[in-house]
Amino acid sequence: MTTPISVEAKAARKIYGAGEHAVHALNDVSVQIEKGEFFTLLGPSGCGKTTLLRLIAGFETPTAGQILLNGKDITELPPNDRPVNTVFQSYALFPHMSVAQNIGFGLQMLGRSKSDVDAAVEKMLALVQMESFAARKPQQLSGGQQQRVALARALAPEPEVLLLDEPLSALDLKLRKEMQRELKRLQTETGITFIFVTHDQEEALTMSDRIAVMQSGKILQVGGPREIYNNPVNRFVADFIGETNFISGRIDGGSVRLSSGDVVSAPTGGLQGDVTVAVRPEQVRIGPIGETGSLAATIGDTVYFGTDTHCHLHLSDGTEIVARLQSPPSGNAGLTRGASVGVRFESGAVAVLSQ
Amino acid sequence: MSSAQEQAADQRNSRNGWLLSAPALILLLCAASGPLLIILVYSFLEPGKYGNVEWVFSLDAWIGVLYSRDIFDGTYKLADAHLTIFWRSVKLSLYTTLFAFVFGFPTAWYIATRSPRMRTALLFLITIPFWTNLLIRTFAINQIIRNEGVFNTFLLWLGVIETPIQIIYTDFAVFLGMTYVFLPLMVLPLFAAIDRFDMRLLEAAYDLYASRWQVLRRIVIPIVKPGIIAGSILVFIPSLGAYVTPRILGGGRNMMIGNFIELQFGAGRNWPLGAALSVLLLLIVTVALVVYVRFANRETSHG
Repeated sequence: MTTPISVEAKAARKIYGAGEHAVHALNDVSVQIEKGEFFTLLGPSGCGKTTLLRLIAGFETPTAGQILLNGKDITELPPNDRPVNTVFQSYALFPHMSVAQNIGFGLQMLGRSKSDVDAAVEKMLALVQMESFAARKPQQLSGGQQQRVALARALAPEPEVLLLDEPLSALDLKLRKEMQRELKRLQTETGITFIFVTHDQEEALTMSDRIAVMQSGKILQVGGPREIYNNPVNRFVADFIGETNFISGRIDGGSVRLSSGDVVSAPTGGLQGDVTVAVRPEQVRIGPIGETGSLAATIGDTVYFGTDTHCHLHLSDGTEIVARLQSPPSGNAGLTRGASVGVRFESGAVAVLSQ
Repeated sequence: MSSAQEQAADQRNSRNGWLLSAPALILLLCAASGPLLIILVYSFLEPGKYGNVEWVFSLDAWIGVLYSRDIFDGTYKLADAHLTIFWRSVKLSLYTTLFAFVFGFPTAWYIATRSPRMRTALLFLITIPFWTNLLIRTFAINQIIRNEGVFNTFLLWLGVIETPIQIIYTDFAVFLGMTYVFLPLMVLPLFAAIDRFDMRLLEAAYDLYASRWQVLRRIVIPIVKPGIIAGSILVFIPSLGAYVTPRILGGGRNMMIGNFIELQFGAGRNWPLGAALSVLLLLIVTVALVVYVRFANRETSHG
């Protein structure tokens, strides 16, 4: 059984301005977002992720293409006619209204009775654990609390789809982690389709069911967090999601000959000629020199990160790669600068990408 | 530092503060409170034969504000003419304030949503009328709307009308002139308020199913209300005391309080009555302000 499609973009294109100064924010993007999934649009700033979100919200109309909701064309519908609500990056809470009035606003505009609105507001306050703040004004709340109110306000009208535009970017690290779990909980509890925009790859990996990685107004890859992390389709995706070592090489039979002359076996995926090999730092192992199947390397800088230690290694041709090791309880486990060591890649850890 | 020393320092500081603000305070006292006091005292004296006042206590001026004495039998009647003037003043000032808002709000909104460069240019244009004397601007309007003026001549030439439309020397002319003159005083505070308005709230409200009208009524107006209050006060008060505009565009028949007061100090040679009317004008303004601000604040707190 296939999950029904909630939101679909069909060759959506958005061009701002005209002529020479035209900015192509979105280049014929097509994507299907399933009902009830936590879908993330991930990419650097200016990649078009926010534009796509604004097209779905109805704040912008596409230059070409269509936006569908439950199979119905909503391209021309204004935002107040779409069963879609947004959590804004700035929260955009109404400063002259109390928390309760903010949360009830959507339902009030939909013409619900006062008792319905009050009941929904109470339910939402409980959902985001803000019951004791109902009478406060937004400016009397902390950033995290404002965030919760913004969420409750967007969820109160029970939209088909909730759009979240980098909602956690203004919070500090600890609060952000807490809200990530909170968001995931709310999404599971309400069963509403969440479309989440972020430039933070870790945020995307921890929360999403599926991720679309975007660059220059295009979607490069859509897939689950593991798939995106382990099998990036190109160098950009590999580089953007997590840290990656890139080593240039050449296809040589069924394996890859690296620029250092070493040969590593990896699925070549039908590629020919010059390629780039990507290896995650946590999948680089350091052992004694001369171990079978290992690459000769010398140790450069080691950087201590608390739980991890990053060890910079130089292959025989000078190519620098990074190994991420769990920090030993004491000392640096013999990672002396200039020492010669053997480097191995975990099996299946090497991804071969076209250049 | 001991507390005695601190106290001494505090005293010195507050003494210095008073000393430093003394020039401004003395100026204010002499220029504002002094004349006001004189006017208040004059309103309880008897008029002199050739203007000025007789230093005899009398309530005649205050009675004269509302009642006129029949010169034959000495009975008092409600002075309809005076009430008409008061009512016209309040009515025209309210209309002026209302229409200045109706025209001023979209103008201020338009300016506030332009690019910074465009905004500076437009604000500059708004202030240009202040460069020309009020008298000259009012005469310019006179030239446009009088029976042989640009407006009527043009309509006559088009053949739309056969006789000139009587605009000059009507209440409407006074209202028109005052709206024109005081419009910038509405636009500037409104602009300041709208400029601070977070436009992202508009999208948030649309997103939450509000129509354009609801966005305006429920989000924009309540948030820019301080600007609306400031603009309304800045327009209403000078409108109520307007003198030049009703004189030039209203002619002799469409007097407002300001002209009526001038009449008492001039041709009427009844300084106490003029003084009493001035105090009354001040009272009307104060009461109107208190009522208006109270009302506006209550609206905000429960909306």
